[in-house]
Amino acid sequence: MRRKGYWVFLIPGVLASVLVIVVPLVMTVYTSFTKWNGVGEQRWIGFDNYTRLFEDSLFWSSFGNIVLLILAMAVVPTLLGLFLAAVLFDYVAKKFGDRWASFFRSGFYLPQIIPVAVTGILWGWILHPEYGALNRILDTVGLGSLAHNWLGEPGSALYSVMGIMIWVQLGYPIVMFMAGLQRVDPELYEAADLDGASWWQRFRKITVYLIRPEFYVVLVTTTISALKIFGPIFVLTGGGPSNATLVPSYFAYKNFFEKAQVGYGSAISTVLTVLIILLSIVFLRLQNRSVNR
Amino acid sequence: MTMTANRAPARTEPASPIKRTNPIRFVILAALLALLLIVIAPLLIIAINAVKSPADYAGGGPLSLPPHLYWDGIVDFWNRVNFGQKLWNSFITSLVVAVLGVALSILNAYALGIGKVKGRIWFLVFFLVANLLPQEVLVYPLYFLSKEVHLYDSLIAIVIIFTVIQAAFGTYLLTSVYQEFPAELLDAADVDGAGKWRTLWSVVVPVSRPTLGVLFTFFFIWTWNEFFLPLVFLVSNDNQTVPVALGVLQGDRLMDATMTSASGLIGILPAMIFFLVFQRTLTRGITAGAIK
Repeated sequence: MRRKGYWVFLIPGVLASVLVIVVPLVMTVYTSFTKWNGVGEQRWIGFDNYTRLFEDSLFWSSFGNIVLLILAMAVVPTLLGLFLAAVLFDYVAKKFGDRWASFFRSGFYLPQIIPVAVTGILWGWILHPEYGALNRILDTVGLGSLAHNWLGEPGSALYSVMGIMIWVQLGYPIVMFMAGLQRVDPELYEAADLDGASWWQRFRKITVYLIRPEFYVVLVTTTISALKIFGPIFVLTGGGPSNATLVPSYFAYKNFFEKAQVGYGSAISTVLTVLIILLSIVFLRLQNRSVNR
Repeated sequence: MTMTANRAPARTEPASPIKRTNPIRFVILAALLALLLIVIAPLLIIAINAVKSPADYAGGGPLSLPPHLYWDGIVDFWNRVNFGQKLWNSFITSLVVAVLGVALSILNAYALGIGKVKGRIWFLVFFLVANLLPQEVLVYPLYFLSKEVHLYDSLIAIVIIFTVIQAAFGTYLLTSVYQEFPAELLDAADVDGAGKWRTLWSVVVPVSRPTLGVLFTFFFIWTWNEFFLPLVFLVSNDNQTVPVALGVLQGDRLMDATMTSASGLIGILPAMIFFLVFQRTLTRGITAGAIK
């Protein structure tokens, strides 16, 4: 039976999306070619904001920081999560029971549900130079010389943020991969056992191979959230000290709302957007190719 | 631990004779427990210090257990930031966004997944891209436009914006579900003479209720946890949501160590409650996006 005339149902969704997404997007791209402080006249200056951007060392260092944050938010949690999910699914669930596996899964997932502002409070408090718990612990075990202003010194701030982000992210890949493993036929594992395969061999040849779809989804989504990172930086370091933890979105925010350089801020966010879209296309291509093979 | 070890055979495979005596399994369990402890330690530390008096804190430090429970830190903080108001703001915003976002996703997905309107691939690409866009690229025009229409510093602006952003994801997910919708059910509705609206509300929506529940849960929690746009839009005290209120208090000189952990604890509690309430839908839902 042919179905016709359903376009009416799209009207509210499309109108709302044009208003909230398309119009602002076009405005930002246009603004990126102008000089504007947000209130006065908007003056067309062509590519000046972009040439300034590519000569701005802060812009480059903000992208350098993002590379390290992708490591902490996407690469490390995905690999560690893959390993932990396999241990929980293929070892703990079998030797100790499903209940233990889901207990661990919920525990590791806990940091994911905490609002980012609270993550900031939590870790800002634990890493605080005067009353922070970490320095007290180091003191207590006689490692007081390692005590540090973790988030307040340029040398350690970014690494501290990276550690915190691994803590935040780890639960997501574990949950995704454990769900993906449900699809795996248990007979495959039994056959591998009969053939005398070691746990490590089964992990590499069966587990990793079969959950490639989830693997790509996790890698794409976590990489994109690393590129967009704003909240944790805002609440933990404010981009400091001396820009050691500056990221593109925070850089744009500062230009918009602190320096009133709206044109320049728009150029930063436009570059970030283009990068995210390009990356998504590349990842989706890779994903399709590997799934169809 | 010994108790659960007895329960193990339920799902073990027949072969593997070493399993009963192998000590490695307890080494692995201990390692996992240690890792879990590291992961939840920050939460535990916040919890014990939130109910510790400043005097006990000064005496025993952050790691001592409080000799008696001390609620004043939490009560003081609650009253100082008028936390009840922030909770209500967060709750009502998240609830309205979740309801409207699900409704909008249903309408879009009905047209794209079941109606299969022309050019639907392009609509889907559009919604996917809309979902990927960083909010930084939308924020300034939205800020500017909302001032023009006098919706700046209003929860209404936040509700409108997040309804659209969440629905972009919902449309994408729900369309792939509706593409697989059993054609017999739709044909039967046609035979019964039901119009498109009746078919939507009395056939499609009830059948897809589990997915809609997952979407609702997601939208609610995501909106609750949103930080960036509410930070920009909700500047006055009475309009702030929980994350914004907690985020801007960071670094406030008036906050001492115990009050800061009290603020952390009451920020965690609502999230924990949602987690417990929604846990089952949540685990089902996180994976719903993965397998197309």
